[in-house]
Amino acid sequence: MRSLVRELDGRFPGIGAALGDGMAVAIDGQIFQDYFLEEVGPNSEVCFLPAIEGG
Amino acid sequence: MSGNANGYKWIGTRTIRPDGVDKVTGRAAFGADFSLPGMLVGKILRSPHAHARILSIKTNKAEAFPGVKAVVTSADFPEIPASEAIKGSSPPNYRHLSQNLMAREKVFYDGHAVAAVAATSTAVADEALSLIEVEYEILPHVTDVLEAMKPDAPILHDDLFTGGVDPKPEKPSNVAKRVEFAIGDIDAGFAEADVIVERDYTTEGIHQGYIETHAVVANMGEDGQATIWCSSQGHFMVRQYTAGLLNMNIGDIKVTPAEIGGGFGGKTTVYLEPAALLLSRKSGHSIKMVMTRDEVFRGTGPTSGSAMTIKIGAKKDGKIVAAEADLKFFAGAFPGAPVHLGCMCGFTPYDIENVMAVGYDVVTNRPKAISYRAPGAPIAAFAIESAIDELAGKLGIEPLALREINAARKGTRTAYGPTLGVVGFEETLEAAKNHPHYSEPLGPNQGRGIASGYWFNVGGESSASVSINEDGSVTVTSGAPDVGGSRASLCIMAAEVLGVDIGQVRAVIGDTNATGFNRHTGGSRVTFALGMVVIQATEDCVEQLSTAAAKIWDIDLEAVVWEGGYARPAGDNAGKFEPLSLSDLAAKTPMTGGPISSKKSSNVQGAGPAFGTHICDVEVDRETGQVKILRYTAIQDAGRAIHPGYVEGQMQGGVAQGIGWALNEEYVYGEDGRLQNSGFLDYRMPVASDLPMIDTVIVEVPNPTHPYGVRGVGEIPIIPPMAAVANAIEDAVGLRLSSLPMSPPKVLAALQNGA
Repeated sequence: MRSLVRELDGRFPGIGAALGDGMAVAIDGQIFQDYFLEEVGPNSEVCFLPAIEGG
Repeated sequence: MSGNANGYKWIGTRTIRPDGVDKVTGRAAFGADFSLPGMLVGKILRSPHAHARILSIKTNKAEAFPGVKAVVTSADFPEIPASEAIKGSSPPNYRHLSQNLMAREKVFYDGHAVAAVAATSTAVADEALSLIEVEYEILPHVTDVLEAMKPDAPILHDDLFTGGVDPKPEKPSNVAKRVEFAIGDIDAGFAEADVIVERDYTTEGIHQGYIETHAVVANMGEDGQATIWCSSQGHFMVRQYTAGLLNMNIGDIKVTPAEIGGGFGGKTTVYLEPAALLLSRKSGHSIKMVMTRDEVFRGTGPTSGSAMTIKIGAKKDGKIVAAEADLKFFAGAFPGAPVHLGCMCGFTPYDIENVMAVGYDVVTNRPKAISYRAPGAPIAAFAIESAIDELAGKLGIEPLALREINAARKGTRTAYGPTLGVVGFEETLEAAKNHPHYSEPLGPNQGRGIASGYWFNVGGESSASVSINEDGSVTVTSGAPDVGGSRASLCIMAAEVLGVDIGQVRAVIGDTNATGFNRHTGGSRVTFALGMVVIQATEDCVEQLSTAAAKIWDIDLEAVVWEGGYARPAGDNAGKFEPLSLSDLAAKTPMTGGPISSKKSSNVQGAGPAFGTHICDVEVDRETGQVKILRYTAIQDAGRAIHPGYVEGQMQGGVAQGIGWALNEEYVYGEDGRLQNSGFLDYRMPVASDLPMIDTVIVEVPNPTHPYGVRGVGEIPIIPPMAAVANAIEDAVGLRLSSLPMSPPKVLAALQNGA
């Protein structure tokens, strides 16, 4: 994920900061609240979404 | 009792709850039950105005009053610039939090803290509060979300500009941000719909209503080492937030958790702790602060209220082709309404190709909102599940059948992005359809409503240790407060892994020095995430126990198996040795390598999302407008119910809160912006005599990422009730009520107007 975000920021400058704090990611349907080191496959579905708080 | 149909020894059994005896005998120690020698009483002075500039605060008379040992204001708190508002791991906005805990230039709501005193008694403290002179410049206020969004609304924050819009605004606004979640083509979707329903909905701000008010005992030593005893949903959170607000090292604060008398999300932040430490530092004494109920309502966060518009379109056969939600949530005095979560959850039970959900986070002159059980989702579900019901009526399709036609399942793409994995929504619908309640006959003025709901559940940072004591008993130490039976669940999971009797295992919640970091208890995470690390630590202990046995028998580790709580030789070739129990091995640890224990820390991911479907029967009194709940059945996918009794309790509690939300609870503000019902007499929550027994059905579609299949259960049950009740009222008397609460005056007015 770190590499993916880096690549995205290279193509769309500034998006890296927007995808930082307060964002989670869903990789192939599984949500990761902290995604920095999570593995991504070549055909993975990656969705950025707001971090989830509960009550 | 042990053993169940699932083949587990303890998983799924109803063991005696470990906290039960203490709680029913009054021995359990809650936040207000601690005392220290020389302790002083701390009290807060609160604003009587909804919105005002603080021109001056004079504390000299209070400081001079006999028995007063310290007074603090915002001047005693470090100023946190906007550039340092977000710092550290999983942070709040520290700047907003600091301003909320002690007002700086302005007060933003009736009840906003302005100063704090420490005195030798409550009477002296109260007198001291009356001697603090605050000069206010009263400002126009706004408490309604739609009024707050108008161009001429009083602006709360001059430095708040709406995020998520383009171009970036140049004028400050009460709209903190706009969010949007969309898939497909919403216009094309509606263009192909045969039937469309569209309606506006409103909900009021609702308090979590925990029985135990906020309480803290705090001590700051001359060496800067601080100790806090408090009830909270996360003592590591209390430590982190307090350190961040006071510019202290996290390691200089120790927080010991008390038993908690309800939180539901409302205790996932701090209110008293930082002021208590500052008073302790200034006075040289320990400080005890306990909120009154009035303070809880006026000074702590409720959940948001809302104004919503829902539009859903479907083909004649019932297939929903387009769904749109416009959600405006008020956040109270500072940004942070859970509107994005409402947008994300609302339509997720349904497989819809074209969805647009837009949300607005709006500040108003009310207490700062905080989480309340599945934050945002119940509010959106009230509107969306009501709209689904209305759509069913227009289509002439039974509401449950409409949900079955459109049910989300594995492979369904959600509007917030991810594709769902293994989930159990259809199983909850099936269970509802087959339940005797579903086909029970109804009488005059009686009606039945169905509603469903979805919540993600979370995992998060979790740390625990498992130790085998010298006599073979087992201690599980974790660091997340027990709000719903997690101590029992952790004992069950550890006993299952070890294969020992449940009575041999005890779970304790250690202070912040006892374990690694734990995220707070919330998001229905503890049985799942803390359970995961406890299982891992226990498995490591089994490895150590087996190693010890191998050393005793002088055989290879591979020749040892762990079965039924004993180390045994793997076969005859390994040797003829008598099995060794935990107590046998524990007695020999000095000879076999030392104490047997293991600790694990992990950021647990893979929480299993879950669904619930509820059936509600009501009877409407046409003369008074009162709505009586006749029967209620809550069906929910728990993945695997570690302790079914606790799961049922979570379901019943969530339903009770949802019914209160539906029928009676609301904040009443006067024209002056002051809260008029800051007590349980006028803030009407359900009591035992208001409700029938809530029936529960636990569906189990195991979460594939957890060893025992656990899904979080605490939050789902509050999501469906408001719509279930509204749909039942519509079925009973033909009225679609779209404004919460559906209290007797409003129901009566609607009956008389035929609304």
